[in-house]
Amino acid sequence: MNCRSEVLEVTVEARQVEEAMLALLHTILLHRSTGKFHYKKEGTYSIGTVGTLDIDCDFIDFTFVRVSSEELDRMIRKAVSEFKEALSNSGSDGIGQISLEFYQKKKSRWPFSDECIPWEVWSIKVNVVNLANEQERQICREKVGEKLGEKVINVVEVINRHEYLPKMPTQSEVDNVFDTSLKDVQPYLYKITYQITDCLGTSVSTTMRRLIKDTLAL
Amino acid sequence: MDSELSPQDKKDLDKFIKFFALKTVQVIVQARLGEKICTRSSSSPTGSDWFNLGIKDIPEVTHEAKKALAGQLPGIGRSMCVEISLKTSEGDSMELETWCLEMNEKCDKDIKVSYTVYNRLSVLLKSLLAITRVTPAYKLSRKQGHDYVILYRIYFGEVQLSGLGEGFQTVRVGVVGTPIGTVTLSCAYRTNLAFMSNRQFERSAPIMGIIVDHFVDPPCSSQRPANMGQPCNYRAPDEEDGGQFAGVQDSQEVCNTSFSTSPPSQLYASRLSYQPPALAAAAELCHPVVNPNQVLHTGKEGGVVLVPAQPPQGADTHLTVEHAPNTPGSSFLSGEDDGLSQSGEGRRDDRRSVSPSDPVESLNAFTRKVGAFVNKPNTQMTIASLDLPFAAFAPRGLDTEENDPMVHPPESPPCLSPLQGSLHSEGSEGSGPQDDFVMVDFRPAFSKDDLLPMDLGTFYREFQNPPQLASLSLHISSQSMADDLDSLPEKLAVYEKNIDEFDAFVDMLQ
Repeated sequence: MNCRSEVLEVTVEARQVEEAMLALLHTILLHRSTGKFHYKKEGTYSIGTVGTLDIDCDFIDFTFVRVSSEELDRMIRKAVSEFKEALSNSGSDGIGQISLEFYQKKKSRWPFSDECIPWEVWSIKVNVVNLANEQERQICREKVGEKLGEKVINVVEVINRHEYLPKMPTQSEVDNVFDTSLKDVQPYLYKITYQITDCLGTSVSTTMRRLIKDTLAL
Repeated sequence: MDSELSPQDKKDLDKFIKFFALKTVQVIVQARLGEKICTRSSSSPTGSDWFNLGIKDIPEVTHEAKKALAGQLPGIGRSMCVEISLKTSEGDSMELETWCLEMNEKCDKDIKVSYTVYNRLSVLLKSLLAITRVTPAYKLSRKQGHDYVILYRIYFGEVQLSGLGEGFQTVRVGVVGTPIGTVTLSCAYRTNLAFMSNRQFERSAPIMGIIVDHFVDPPCSSQRPANMGQPCNYRAPDEEDGGQFAGVQDSQEVCNTSFSTSPPSQLYASRLSYQPPALAAAAELCHPVVNPNQVLHTGKEGGVVLVPAQPPQGADTHLTVEHAPNTPGSSFLSGEDDGLSQSGEGRRDDRRSVSPSDPVESLNAFTRKVGAFVNKPNTQMTIASLDLPFAAFAPRGLDTEENDPMVHPPESPPCLSPLQGSLHSEGSEGSGPQDDFVMVDFRPAFSKDDLLPMDLGTFYREFQNPPQLASLSLHISSQSMADDLDSLPEKLAVYEKNIDEFDAFVDMLQ
């Protein structure tokens, strides 16, 4: 099974990074979350209700819809603010990428640990720019709002192709497909990672890899 | 063909499409109410949450949708359309967008109805939620108020896009294949807002005498022409007609929220028993936050009132604050405080009694803030009569400090400060109906004076590069150093003479 990979690219000001990432990640998760499953006997289950919430951005002329779940919001915000900090610590020319990966767990026999098989990866590339004056910032507010709108349309287009989705699991398998730790909604199993590219265009991970390779080659 | 689809599947599919159409209309209209929508997630399923989504049903909207459908379903050649238009307070109207739910002939025979189709329709509704916040009409609808309102119209049949002007754009929300055809949801929106740009923010002479409830008709009123839309606001039904839209759900319409993990032959899971219409049992709706500033800035305070005959202050008046009329709070509030709740009427009455007073109080609170930017001719005022938040910090005891250049700079500007001058003018407006309406000039704080209008950016740049302090320039500083050193012995002699005074001063400090 091939993993579906989508890349979105945005150019924002430093103070807009957080909201832009939240907008896109929440839009994706809105589509990749269901209500809580309640399994009954005879192999049937019922699904809870997913509520939605409109969020206005402060630094961007944009409103996005997220799942009405404070737990989920907290987790996403935590990941995004780590990314934002890493991006700001890397220097003003930094380019970063945050990835939202949906995966399935495949149980392996002891002593091997469970395998995580991704089935969909969303990568959001971020270019941070610095603006000189208030007028440019105002234009940026509107422009980034429009761009985010286009990205939301892209996301919706991909999702509505209705390509591969994991099969609905039985009760014993549900934790291999869904994140059942939240009490009000049930997103597909996901993880958020990021990488920061320094101004030389090389990513930290590639530099590390090169170092290790060189060390081993000696 | 249809013979391959079992009767139960066909029945389910028809029900899914019908409720999908109704929910689509709800999502679109609620997204144009001008308010943020909030619904709660619930881990326990209820029978009324179709497609496992917390989408409330506004009874009037459901009624309109059912009236348009007239018992039919969207099918091939029969599209359900929701047209969103804008109507100004002067009576001009313009179509903004048309949402179309269509069906084409492309069938997907192998798809499972009660599972896959249902879930995909749910995903499509989520996409609709996201896309309705992205099209240009969303921002316009958030700012609707006394200048213009957003109307909706539902019709069934051929799609009409001619009213959208030239160059309209189309965005496809999504498709879902079914055994009887492919359901497509799309939106065509106007890009040419030329009519808007000329009129939208023009502040001509105040409009007199427009009654607040001019734009609100009861939904089944015969006064409204057939081709005019319904306003995108939610008015909680009065007690008299509270029962009118109560029974929106037919008795057999149960939302199937049970699924099976078994093989396809055992798809039909146990159905939930019928639950009464979603007036009491549905997931609770969070009330949109009533932020006084937000409310008043977007001018949703229920229409235009008689404006006092004051000439507008300059050509660039932007901010207008208006008084909430004494109408039932919900008439024009676009679902603000009464919200989209379908809960019991007792609760609604409480909210209604709260809402007229809240905006007025918040208006009064807000007026004070707005007054910061009012430009009024200067009149000499003593500090005592100024109603200033920082009056306590204004210099007192002017007699002793008359000669102090720090307190009385050589060139004092006409106002004591823009902040003080403007707040004074707010206070002198007088009480009565004129209190309620303030025309203001938008001027940034710290702007110098009328003669030299300066934008914040320019000010900031100048501030960043101040001229060099005279005392810091080299040749002067070296001279003064030499002078200082020379005068040092004299100064020391003077200080030694007055040593007692200094000691007394130090003791006082301790």
